[in-house]
Amino acid sequence: MPSLRKPWLGMLLIGVALALLPFLIGKGLGNSWVRVLDFALLYVMLALGLNIVVGFAGLLDLGYIAFYAVGAYLYALLASPHFGLHWPIWAVLPLGALVAGLFGVLLGAPTLRLRGDYLAIVTLGFGEIVRIFINNLNAPVNITNGPQGISQIDPVRIAGTPLSKTLEVFGLSFPSVHLYYYLFLALTLLIVFVSIRLEDSRIGRAWVAIREDEIAAKACGIDTRNVKLLAFAMGATFGGVAGGLFAGFQEFVSPESFGLMESVMVLCMVVLGGMGHIPGVILGGLLLAILPEALRHGAVPMQQAAFGKVLLDPESLRMLLFGLALIAVMLYRPAGLWPEARRKREFTAGKAS
Amino acid sequence: MRFPAKTLSLAVASALVVFGCGKEAPPPPPPKAEQPPAPPPKPTLTVKIGHSAPLTGPQAHLGKDNENGARLAIEEANAKKLEIGGAMVTFEMIPEDDQADPKQGTTVAQKLIDAKVSGVVGHLNSGTTIPASKLYSDAGIPQISPSATNPKYTQQGFKTAFRVMANDEQQGKVLGDYATKQLAGKKIAIVDDRTAYGQGVADEFEKAAKAGGAAIVAREFTNDKATDFAAILTKIKSKKPDLVMYGGMDAQAGPMAQQLKKLGVKSKMIFADGGCTTEFHKLAGDAAEGHYCSLPGYPLDKMPGGKVFMEKYKAKFNVDIQLYAPYAYDAANVMIDAMKRANSVEPAKYLAELPKTAFDGVTAKITFDERGDVKDGAITLYQAKGGKWETLETIGGAAPAPAQPAAMSGMGAMTAAPAQPAAMGGMSGMTAAPTPAAAPAAAPAAPAEKK
Amino acid sequence: MDTFIQQIINGLVLGSIYALVALGYTMVYGILGLINFAHGEVVMIGALTALTVIKLLASSGLPGIVVVLIGLLAAIPVCMALGFTIERIAYRPLRNAPRLAPLITAIGVSIVLQQLAMIFWGRNYHAFPPILPTSGRDIGGAHITDVQIVIVLLAVAIMAGLMLLVNRTRLGRAMRATAENPQIAGLMGVNINVIISATFLIGSALAAVAGVMVSANYSIAHYHMGFILGLKAFTAAVLGGIGNLPGAMLGGVLLGLIESLGAGYIGDLTGGFLGSHYQDVFAFFVLILVLVFRPSGLMGEKLAERA
Repeated sequence: MPSLRKPWLGMLLIGVALALLPFLIGKGLGNSWVRVLDFALLYVMLALGLNIVVGFAGLLDLGYIAFYAVGAYLYALLASPHFGLHWPIWAVLPLGALVAGLFGVLLGAPTLRLRGDYLAIVTLGFGEIVRIFINNLNAPVNITNGPQGISQIDPVRIAGTPLSKTLEVFGLSFPSVHLYYYLFLALTLLIVFVSIRLEDSRIGRAWVAIREDEIAAKACGIDTRNVKLLAFAMGATFGGVAGGLFAGFQEFVSPESFGLMESVMVLCMVVLGGMGHIPGVILGGLLLAILPEALRHGAVPMQQAAFGKVLLDPESLRMLLFGLALIAVMLYRPAGLWPEARRKREFTAGKAS
Repeated sequence: MRFPAKTLSLAVASALVVFGCGKEAPPPPPPKAEQPPAPPPKPTLTVKIGHSAPLTGPQAHLGKDNENGARLAIEEANAKKLEIGGAMVTFEMIPEDDQADPKQGTTVAQKLIDAKVSGVVGHLNSGTTIPASKLYSDAGIPQISPSATNPKYTQQGFKTAFRVMANDEQQGKVLGDYATKQLAGKKIAIVDDRTAYGQGVADEFEKAAKAGGAAIVAREFTNDKATDFAAILTKIKSKKPDLVMYGGMDAQAGPMAQQLKKLGVKSKMIFADGGCTTEFHKLAGDAAEGHYCSLPGYPLDKMPGGKVFMEKYKAKFNVDIQLYAPYAYDAANVMIDAMKRANSVEPAKYLAELPKTAFDGVTAKITFDERGDVKDGAITLYQAKGGKWETLETIGGAAPAPAQPAAMSGMGAMTAAPAQPAAMGGMSGMTAAPTPAAAPAAAPAAPAEKK
Repeated sequence: MDTFIQQIINGLVLGSIYALVALGYTMVYGILGLINFAHGEVVMIGALTALTVIKLLASSGLPGIVVVLIGLLAAIPVCMALGFTIERIAYRPLRNAPRLAPLITAIGVSIVLQQLAMIFWGRNYHAFPPILPTSGRDIGGAHITDVQIVIVLLAVAIMAGLMLLVNRTRLGRAMRATAENPQIAGLMGVNINVIISATFLIGSALAAVAGVMVSANYSIAHYHMGFILGLKAFTAAVLGGIGNLPGAMLGGVLLGLIESLGAGYIGDLTGGFLGSHYQDVFAFFVLILVLVFRPSGLMGEKLAERA
């Protein structure tokens, strides 16, 4: 393959393909699929963020969606008629990342001594606490507007152009979902880049050392406390960014979007794809975000082909198949669909012993 | 970069190939309504109507109920072999599951828009209805929600957004007035389930009850998945209220009524539509006796067509009506009625007819105010007696009109004549709506004073 | 004062229910070190199975207690079979896999069971027929029904029975050995597969009991009921020290008391700022506080650093 010698050619191909993707999908399958793709990119960002905590540092976090919620609500509060504030995206997103990062430290601090499943339940509790506060802070002072959620949030504007309207450039028309796709793609690529750089850094190696053996890591002179806190904070910032984008994209946020099942879904993406392996996590995020939609479209035709009639409601079947897929993938590829080479070796070695 | 560029590019390329080959047949062209009235073989036309509600998850039973209601309306319309714009029209419902999740709500909305539906009945929850309404508005597709009660839904200024159900403000106010005036409640405890619906109704109730001179002796909370209310009910018991208002659904109201009885509390509960179901009686058993509830519109069995609807529903789906099926049925019928009057199934054309709706539904005579909220704010109160809801009285709105099948075509003729003014605000004057009797709920609710 | 006693009773009953479910979590965790996320769904299947039988027999004229017992006897084998199958299909092949893999299959199993239950039993809520006596007793102005007394006593009895089983029988010794170190237990002649299956069978039978108790007490069952119940019970198990049987009981009762007293009094203590809507926040807050000072729960042994 020529791309072996010319890596830039491969990159260029990927770039062109990613740029054309929404048009191909939009024309071929309809804009609802571009929308699914937009959400899939948001999930990829979330999965990459959680991957830092779970995959790199080995800290099981079941409340990750709280950071997504923090980012989303921050955007909603600072750019909607709720407080009459209309801050621009370039101010809100970094602030969201920062505040989410602070929440990450807030979560990390009391849990430093906990391990494994104890950590899981505390993080789960943290996620629920954040959600419950968001759901209830409409009285005595109305901050979050409670269960009613915040509506009429400003769409994302870039250089004065709102992404919520179809844009016509050089005779090409870019529907709103396409515009958001490019924005999300750009930020996903940024997050991928940051993740790769982090993995290869001193801190990244410290995380892996903690994951593999915390005591040994400590003995090697790693300040485990700060390094763990950093993992929580870094992971949380990605969640905060994704949350802000979600609020701008939906133009509506309400507490029901940030339930426990969402945290579980993101964790499934990380584990299913291959913990600690960036391409694997991306794959996991894309797959789990797209699979339920594919089943939504496919459940009826599939049954008609197999039995000649529709035996089960497509919606029951959809979640059923989703659950079965989770089980099947884990049974046949327990280290994930696309595991890190090192992990894979460990696993096969473990099995042989 | 350690990225395996080759693998990835291959993966992407192959994904593209798959997508390219997997191209489904292109969606059928948008329905052309105004084809020239061709001689003998009348052209046929399939009109897609979307429906969206949660069909999985804790509210699945309500979602299916909505879907059944809309389906019944659509099948009835098909049986009538309607002719719209010179073509024989068959309606096709596209049912979707939004899981009561706002994100799924917009995904489903986009899917329905892609499928070129002429209109959407739904969604069930306010949390899905509001974000989806923006997409429908951008696409110019009319949306009629049978059950989203958050006032915000119609306050966003979208011309495509309608609902056939009283909003939280309308219903909470009637309920609060009733509790303080007719039931003479002086000390009232309020519980809500911290959902958009429950909290919305409870807050409006609280305002009205306070205005009516009642003291709120306890304000307690639960959630929409709870089964144990002993702690909050014990606290409420110690405050000795005359009435306990609950903002939430039957799945909680039923067990709550039982636990009240177990604790020996004699105060009666009062709640809005969410608990006003036959399911409540099943879940509360003999503890249901004496509690109050309200439903927007008129009692089904008193409405022309209401009884028939109940029988047909039972016969077709072999389940009892859960809650919002009659509203979903009305919503779908209102949409079809507007298409008939506009003599077109094109969203842009019949959308102009929707604000002028004056439709005799099974829940009420449906007319819309300038926002798209149901104008005839009739709300009926019921009390549980002997395992059934007995009608107490209907507050607000005009008296139920007898069914006038003939009036329909006449109305179509009337509205077909004048050119359509674009502004919706100007329409309300044209509406041949009955003037509501002097009643607190009849006037369109004023925008909530935003805190 | 009577309000306070009533709140304590409320907490005890709720806590006993949590404890019943938590015992199932803690048994499996004690042996396998695995969060059986699907345990709540087994409880749900138990409740719905029993309810189906009970509804069939409700009008048969048999005494209410007999009908409920028959329902329970029908639910126990169903749940045991289910627990056994879940372990064989979803957990056993993954015994040497990375620690999170069985967690994901557990979530998968949970989703599958919920959907199957929705297909079999429909989307509606099911009411428990009013066949049990609603009589009760008054203690110091507070009220407790007979069903609730049975729940509390049963939870204590089951915990005691399990402790006898684990500490005094051959099976129990094998269980403890497996929990300590499966490989070495295997070398000592313990058939660890049999022991693990037995653990799942016992845990699932308990789930059936818990399911019937829950639906009898609250008169309601639903295909979606297992998730929240399982979550609360899991919290209780961790609070008490997961893997420890008396710990599960203690954690359950404690959680129940925190919830009922929290909902009952914190609102007044904080001038209405933190009302009963923060009920779960108190529960999780206490959990975090306990774990900060005792990282392996109230009664948990100090965890060896797991590699």
